[in-house]
Amino acid sequence: MKMNGARILLECLKKEGVDTVFGYPGGTVINIYDELYSFKEIHHILPRHEQAGVHAADGYARATGRVGVAFATSGPGATNTVTGIATAYMDSIPIVIITGQVPTALIGNDAFQEVDIIGITRPCTKHNFLVRDVKELAGILKKAFYIARSGRPGPVLVDIPKDVQIAQTEFKYPEKVEIRGYKPNLEGHPKQVERAIEMLLDSRKPVVYVGGGVILANAAEELTKLCNMLDVPVTTTLMGLGAYPEDSPNSLRMLGMHGTYYANMAMTNTDVMVAIGARFDDRVTGKLATFAPHAKIIHIDVDPTSIKKNVPVDLPIVGDVKDVLFKMIKEVEAHPDKVKAFKEATREWHEEIAAWKGKHPLTYKHAANVIKPQYVIEKLRELSDSDAIVATDVGQHQMWTAQFFTFTKPRTLLSSGGLGTMGYGLPAAMGAQAAFPKRQVIVVCGDGGFQMNLQEMATLVQNRLPVKIVILNNNFLGMVRQWQELFFDKRYSSTCMEQPIDFIKLAEAFGAKGFQATKTDEVEETIKNGFAYDGPVIMEFKIAREEKVLPMVPAGASLNEMVLNA
Amino acid sequence: MKHTISVLVENEFGVLSRVAALFSGRGFNIDSLSVAPTNDETISRMTLVTRGDDQILEQISKQLNKLIDVIKVIDFTDGSGIEREMALVKVTAEDESRAEVLRIVDIFRAKIIDVTPRSYTIEATGSPAKIDAILELLRPLGLKELVRTGPVAIGRGAKGWKGQ
Ligand SMILES: Cc1ncc(C[n+]2csc(CCOP(=O)(O)OP(=O)(O)O)c2C)c(N)n1
Ligand SMILES: [Mg+2]
Repeated sequence: MKMNGARILLECLKKEGVDTVFGYPGGTVINIYDELYSFKEIHHILPRHEQAGVHAADGYARATGRVGVAFATSGPGATNTVTGIATAYMDSIPIVIITGQVPTALIGNDAFQEVDIIGITRPCTKHNFLVRDVKELAGILKKAFYIARSGRPGPVLVDIPKDVQIAQTEFKYPEKVEIRGYKPNLEGHPKQVERAIEMLLDSRKPVVYVGGGVILANAAEELTKLCNMLDVPVTTTLMGLGAYPEDSPNSLRMLGMHGTYYANMAMTNTDVMVAIGARFDDRVTGKLATFAPHAKIIHIDVDPTSIKKNVPVDLPIVGDVKDVLFKMIKEVEAHPDKVKAFKEATREWHEEIAAWKGKHPLTYKHAANVIKPQYVIEKLRELSDSDAIVATDVGQHQMWTAQFFTFTKPRTLLSSGGLGTMGYGLPAAMGAQAAFPKRQVIVVCGDGGFQMNLQEMATLVQNRLPVKIVILNNNFLGMVRQWQELFFDKRYSSTCMEQPIDFIKLAEAFGAKGFQATKTDEVEETIKNGFAYDGPVIMEFKIAREEKVLPMVPAGASLNEMVLNA
Repeated sequence: MKHTISVLVENEFGVLSRVAALFSGRGFNIDSLSVAPTNDETISRMTLVTRGDDQILEQISKQLNKLIDVIKVIDFTDGSGIEREMALVKVTAEDESRAEVLRIVDIFRAKIIDVTPRSYTIEATGSPAKIDAILELLRPLGLKELVRTGPVAIGRGAKGWKGQ
């Protein structure tokens, strides 16, 4: 059947199983919106800013593991998506962004609302396409979804000129994709797996260092199984939280700049490190020259460019993390005697770690008269559903959430790790809630970052998305203030937001509900009220203003040079 | 160390800027770059010369391979390839130096492609080292203008890049 390009786009999305799109209309996508008007299979959510639309698609993707989709018009609509795209790119999140473009004949003429979004997003997409002929549209969309979700996932942008949306052609969705320059290597080499297990079983001080790749590969179950079979200590990055249960005795929790003392000590003293789906980011390694000085490194990743990029690797395994972990489990099962000896030989290491845990556990000082943010996070954990999804914004509150929430399941933490995008949290939570209307979705924000996308309150109310918004209000751009306190003689340059906001009235102005706690003994009730309310709600906690995130490895220092209490 | 790398890419618009952006974005060097379609017109071939230690070269090669439009990356540094480059040189040639220019051109089997009473324009082809050598001899006579293509490279032996 002949259809126009706009309709073909929607049919393709349907074929890809897309049920929800976050999009914002405009001149060069008006034809798509016209088709959408009578296209019932796709639920469209109108955010109040294109950046939020992309973050929502990203949150949807992180929570579900499926590809998130966002629409935007050309020019300003397209440029508004860039921060969202870069955020998804840095964390390898599969999303497809559809932008309208001026008609093909006008491209290059500085036409009204023309911008070279292909050029602008080239460095922050996994790939992007300009569709120049309606006959190519279905094939390009098939490729776009395939590229976004396969190998190391990432955002793909498809720019569709208005005339291509109007032009008609026969619609046929290709069955298969074949891209000769793109063949991700998914199968881990069996010999390398054998060697890795041998190296690991020979170690005395092993540690497993887990990144977001394990969650992206849906391999949390395999990871947990392998680590429990071997009884090895496991630490995760921010992106890896939830891949291994943090309430397990072998969990070292998060490592790196605001990681635990014992995770960072384990990394510094390990003799064999197994890095899985992690990329040795500078926030994780600290000073590279002194990073894991005694370790042989086994690095498992689907992206060969991640391997040996920042640190030398003794044993690389390129492949899908799930496949490699599966093979590792089989290999371990084949050597019960060696495993027994290994457990014996690593006993001392476990004792060493237990001593570190005892010496400097993750902790904070309680206070009766003022709310401690860590306490709020602990209470949130206690009072929330066991399958609750938690989004965060970026700053101190993000680190407190990572440290004190105790994540036990994959895809329950949505946080901007690589780019560290303030304004991410609220729209990401919105995307997750759209995917799971029945699950509890909480977002922990700072008072600063919340204001970067607070317009999405309207979207939440309109679409009945009952996101629970927690604001840890220190009336500071707290994370920057902390750096100013520690490294700039408390010169709080432009980090104090003097103007107080009445968040309860703000919530009400949007048709939502607001609660506030100013004292420690109000925390529990406020959370209970917020959770009980049927609809989007703000819970504001006036917290200790100059509380710091600790421990902290100062930028450029070694992992074992942590500031523990300052 | 210098590396000559061939990159076979989809002959599509925007590919050159993807490759160029990769080098500039990651701080890799490009000494020279040449691009043109191949016998298969859906494929273009780039030859680029870059520098770096082993770790950097490994990253360059992996990062190139990661681009969706890149079909194959071949590193010729181990001597497995033959390199040729062309230079067009406008050199001062007056009175006594006219004969000297001709002698140099003759020795290097180059060609004069344009003549005026005060200059010769020379076409020279050969390995990059040969081009360097002729330029060294011509330079004292007065180089008015120099254009080099940068090398192109092809593998030695009977097999094409597909191994057939
Ligand atoms: C878009 C953006 N701008 C600036 C920053 C730098 N930055 C990182 S954390 C932070 C402070 C955040 O303040 P707030 O949202 O109140 O959270 P808090 O640290 O106080 O918990 C800033 C400004 C950023 N990460 N993202
Ligand atoms: Mg704040």
